[in-house]
Amino acid sequence: MTIAPEKTLQKTDTHIQLRLGDEWLAVCPLSRLTPGRGVAVLLPDGRQAGLFLDRDGVPYAIDNRDPFTGAHVLSRGLIGTAAGRPFVASPLLKQRFDLVSGRCLDDETVSVTAYEVRLG
Amino acid sequence: MAAMSTPAITPTIVVVGHGMVGQRFLEALADRGVTERARVVVLCEEPRPAYDRVRLTSYFSGNTPEDLSMVEDGFLEKHGIELHLGDPAESIDTAGRTVTARSGATISYDTLVLATGSYPFVPPVPGKDAEGCFVYRTIEDLLAIEEYAKTARVGAVVGGGLLGLEAAGALKGLGLETHIVEFAPRLMPVQVDDGGGAALLRTIENMGLAVHTGVGTQEVTAGENGAVNGMALSDGSVLATDLVVFSAGVRPRDQLARDAGLAVGERGGIVVDEQCRTSDPAVFAIGECALASDGRVYGLVAPGYEMAETAAAALEGDVSSFTGADLSTKLKLLGVDVASFGDAHGTAEGCLDVVYSDSRAGLYKKLVIGADGTLLGGILVGDAEQYGTLRAFTGSKPPVSPEQLVLPAGAGAPVALGPAALPDDAVVCSCHNVTKGTIRGAVTEHSCTTVPEVKKCTKAGTGCGSCVKVLGQLVNAELEAAGVEVDKGLCGCFGQTRQELYEIVRALGITSYQELLDNHGREAARGTDGCEVCKPAVGSVIASLAPTIGASGYVLEGEQAALQDTNDHFLANLQKNGSYSIVPRIPGGEITPEKLIVIGEVARDFGLYTKITGGQRIDLFGARVDQLPQIWGRLVDAGFESGHAYGKALRTVKSCVGQTWCRYGVQDSVRMAIDLELRYRGLRSPHKLKSAVSGCQRECAEAQSKDFGVIATANGWNLYVGGNGGATPRHADLLAQDLSDAELIRLIDRFLMFYIRTADRLERTSTWLERIEGGLDHVRDVVVHDSLGICAELESLMADHVAGYRDEWAETLNDPERLLRFVSFVNAPDVPDPTVKFVPERDQVKPDLPLLSIRPLGEALEDSLEGTAAR
Ligand code: SRM
Ligand SMILES: Cc1cc2nc3c(=O)[nH]c(=O)nc-3n(C[C@H](O)[C@H](O)[C@H](O)COP(=O)(O)OP(=O)(O)OC[C@H]3O[C@@H](n4cnc5c(N)ncnc54)[C@H](O)[C@@H]3O)c2cc1C
Ligand code: SF4
Ligand code: FES
Repeated sequence: MTIAPEKTLQKTDTHIQLRLGDEWLAVCPLSRLTPGRGVAVLLPDGRQAGLFLDRDGVPYAIDNRDPFTGAHVLSRGLIGTAAGRPFVASPLLKQRFDLVSGRCLDDETVSVTAYEVRLG
Repeated sequence: MAAMSTPAITPTIVVVGHGMVGQRFLEALADRGVTERARVVVLCEEPRPAYDRVRLTSYFSGNTPEDLSMVEDGFLEKHGIELHLGDPAESIDTAGRTVTARSGATISYDTLVLATGSYPFVPPVPGKDAEGCFVYRTIEDLLAIEEYAKTARVGAVVGGGLLGLEAAGALKGLGLETHIVEFAPRLMPVQVDDGGGAALLRTIENMGLAVHTGVGTQEVTAGENGAVNGMALSDGSVLATDLVVFSAGVRPRDQLARDAGLAVGERGGIVVDEQCRTSDPAVFAIGECALASDGRVYGLVAPGYEMAETAAAALEGDVSSFTGADLSTKLKLLGVDVASFGDAHGTAEGCLDVVYSDSRAGLYKKLVIGADGTLLGGILVGDAEQYGTLRAFTGSKPPVSPEQLVLPAGAGAPVALGPAALPDDAVVCSCHNVTKGTIRGAVTEHSCTTVPEVKKCTKAGTGCGSCVKVLGQLVNAELEAAGVEVDKGLCGCFGQTRQELYEIVRALGITSYQELLDNHGREAARGTDGCEVCKPAVGSVIASLAPTIGASGYVLEGEQAALQDTNDHFLANLQKNGSYSIVPRIPGGEITPEKLIVIGEVARDFGLYTKITGGQRIDLFGARVDQLPQIWGRLVDAGFESGHAYGKALRTVKSCVGQTWCRYGVQDSVRMAIDLELRYRGLRSPHKLKSAVSGCQRECAEAQSKDFGVIATANGWNLYVGGNGGATPRHADLLAQDLSDAELIRLIDRFLMFYIRTADRLERTSTWLERIEGGLDHVRDVVVHDSLGICAELESLMADHVAGYRDEWAETLNDPERLLRFVSFVNAPDVPDPTVKFVPERDQVKPDLPLLSIRPLGEALEDSLEGTAAR
């Protein structure tokens, strides 16, 4: 039997921050995320990121653009675990992307940008 | 270990051309470890490293140039390969063994490999260089076409071959009125014969492309500004056009070799022997620039790859030879399947054709059979489903008669000729020349157990992808043969089937996915985040049983929200550009003028595309996620509710006008359809549920194509079940006759609940009925004769559902917390997503397709961001 890691209790005013170069962008309060799902984030340069929370409350962020269709929808996919690593499945054609590295699990030649995220 | 034997001077290999074949050659060198022993220098003319030219057109459906790259990150660095981008070779001195590049650099080589590919042939017509004339070969060509198309209305493609059709599809996709001009009397003259060409022509014309065959282009005319304004054709007509794409064939790029004094063919191509060596033994030529030892220049990538492997082997003194290749191709052009393989035109002596053709359906299938019954080749247009298997059988005698292979399923006795019947030496993947034997070996010897593993191990299926289906069948067959039990579990997280999970949830009253996963999931999946397959499936099981097990029936409640596919999560259907469609329920298809007006007003005010659906209701397309609550606010106020077009749930109950108006009607079909729709609305099930009610046997509502269909009789109602339109149509079976209203509803209650309880994930009633043991008779025993004694329970489950129904949209609108989800950006809720854009079409809108392929440019959106780049 696997034991799930102890959940860390977060204060509701904890913010999620996303790393852009040397800067950290404060995105939203942690409470805005539902475990198991994502939200879209608009970056200062006009790009978009998808920000996700897994069931243990760990946040991740990757590019929001689905490279297979060009639509900015990855944040609306379902997240899961494959080989112990978190992924999101595109809601359009279901390709899966590793949430840590941005690599596509179903096509080695494809990957999206992954962002560092922290709570602050 | 090689320290002592290292030669004093490292040999240098220079590769000219970094296209698909050049890159494959580099990979072959790396695989063989040659890159460790030799210096490898690559001269690349294009401004970017090798990319997938075969998938070039996918740029227009959203793939960025980076997506198309064929060079894995770090590959060049790892193997110490020096790549000179944008620096083509200009001359070769074969005596001094040097190459001089445009930059002026001169590089000495021990071995030179030419992989210069082809250039597009542009017929020497006057005006061919006018502004607005393009070719279709590189990413730069596509960028230029895309830019120019912004100001153009009409486009013409010269050449109706494989690439011409692809280019035409791209122009159409860019919103241009598109013409194809082909000199030959049919489209794709190389691949298909007259019959196939005719089927192709009909289908392509039906897509709104204008095709002119049997005419040549005589001149391209330009206006005063020098830009193209038309084409003069050989039949004397003039075609007005703003843009011309030449796609009249390719020619090998052999000029460099020619100038260096290497032998070239009479009609072009660098002459090579079976090892791909040119007339100078230190120089090789591979890919489209080479004239192979069988006297042909190959314009496909698979033979090029084979040459790359051959040349790499020859470099090391290994014997391998390239003596010719198969020209099979499978394409999906503009949505039409076209495939040709082997001796497609029947050139072998004494061969015979077996042809099946259905012009109405745009189907054409021809097999070429040798005098002794060997399958020699064939052409498939409109349905290339059997391509993978047929191609692999080429050269052998298929185990069933050829007629049976081309007849469509349903006509006569269809045979599903499984790959199990293939001989071991049959080539299953022709892109990488992988045989069935190699694939079996991957499973038996290299212990691969999944298709992705086999792909990695053998490279099969990693080219055009057309063999992946056969690959999957082979892998499963091999596993079963090896006694490995093929896992029937729902997914990697659950070893149980959907039906087994349903029983667990019902018996134990489990209301949470995590609880189910942590206690009943596979060992390795417990405590994880599960996957995209089981989340919605379990979500649906819990939702179906919600009122009975005491879970919330509302799909966006708590954990349920995290399980839903995106459509259910936003209570709308996701479209290709990230916008959503909205389908309000219109029970039985009956609607008042007032409500019609509301739909019209809402669509007008939000600029939505409206369409009458095949399910007797109205679909409103193109809503941004942040507009959904406002739109539904107005619809709910006017008395509409969710139509569940997004859910695996009841869709519509269609009706005919019935007895009230129709002179033939014997019952009130509209009232019954409305009653049924209101009773079963919102019912979550393994797959969608559709129904219809017809007022008499004329069946205007098409009830026999529905999961449950009702047809009026003089004495009551007949109930049909297990019908299906869609991909595999099936007529429904009669379950019971002459039922009263109450009997009818009771029987449908039981039928639906029994289906929900026992079906697999995404199994429609039609497939379920065919799969379950005992079939229709068993179902009738259970739901009519109560043979399992569960009917009372099934009825009470349905009673719970009916009592528990609430409209999802009304509920969502009343919950400010839930509404927070419907924003474009969590940190900029007031900025509409700038990538969701539309362009006009036929007085309405459609998604802006080119926009999807471009990364958003950095706009000054900083002011509108909620968060700031701080700390
Ligand atoms: C809108 C509509 C086409 C239209 O413009 O008429 C439509 C549109 C879609 N159909 Fe359909 N189907 C529509 C009537 C039909 C019909 C005709 C009918 O219902 O009488 C059929 C054949 C009948 C049947 O289902 O047996 C039909 C057979 C399918 C299938 C194949 C199902 C099958 O069992 O083979 C799919 C794919 C699936 O469900 O897996 C599908 C899936 C889809 C999806 C959901 C595809 C998707 O995932 O994006 C489309 C989304 C619509 C949207 O975004 O709003 N649609 N689809 C029709 C909506 C009817 C409605 O009011 O709800
Ligand atoms: C739109 C399109 C669709 C296609 N679809 C298919 C398909 O479905 N199936 C299929 O099998 N094939 C298809 N092909 C053909 C396939 O792309 C080619 O067979 C394949 O690319 C050949 O590879 P190559 O390396 O020989 O040539 P290329 O990929 O053309 O590469 C040659 C490279 O050499 C460079 N070069 C030329 N001269 C010099 C020089 N002097 N110095 C430096 N560099 C130089 C060129 O710029 C080019 O980058 C398609 C082609 C196109 C354009
Ligand atoms: S099915 Fe019968 S009752 Fe209904 S519209 Fe057709 S003819 Fe009239
Ligand atoms: S045949 Fe093209 S990938 Fe296998």
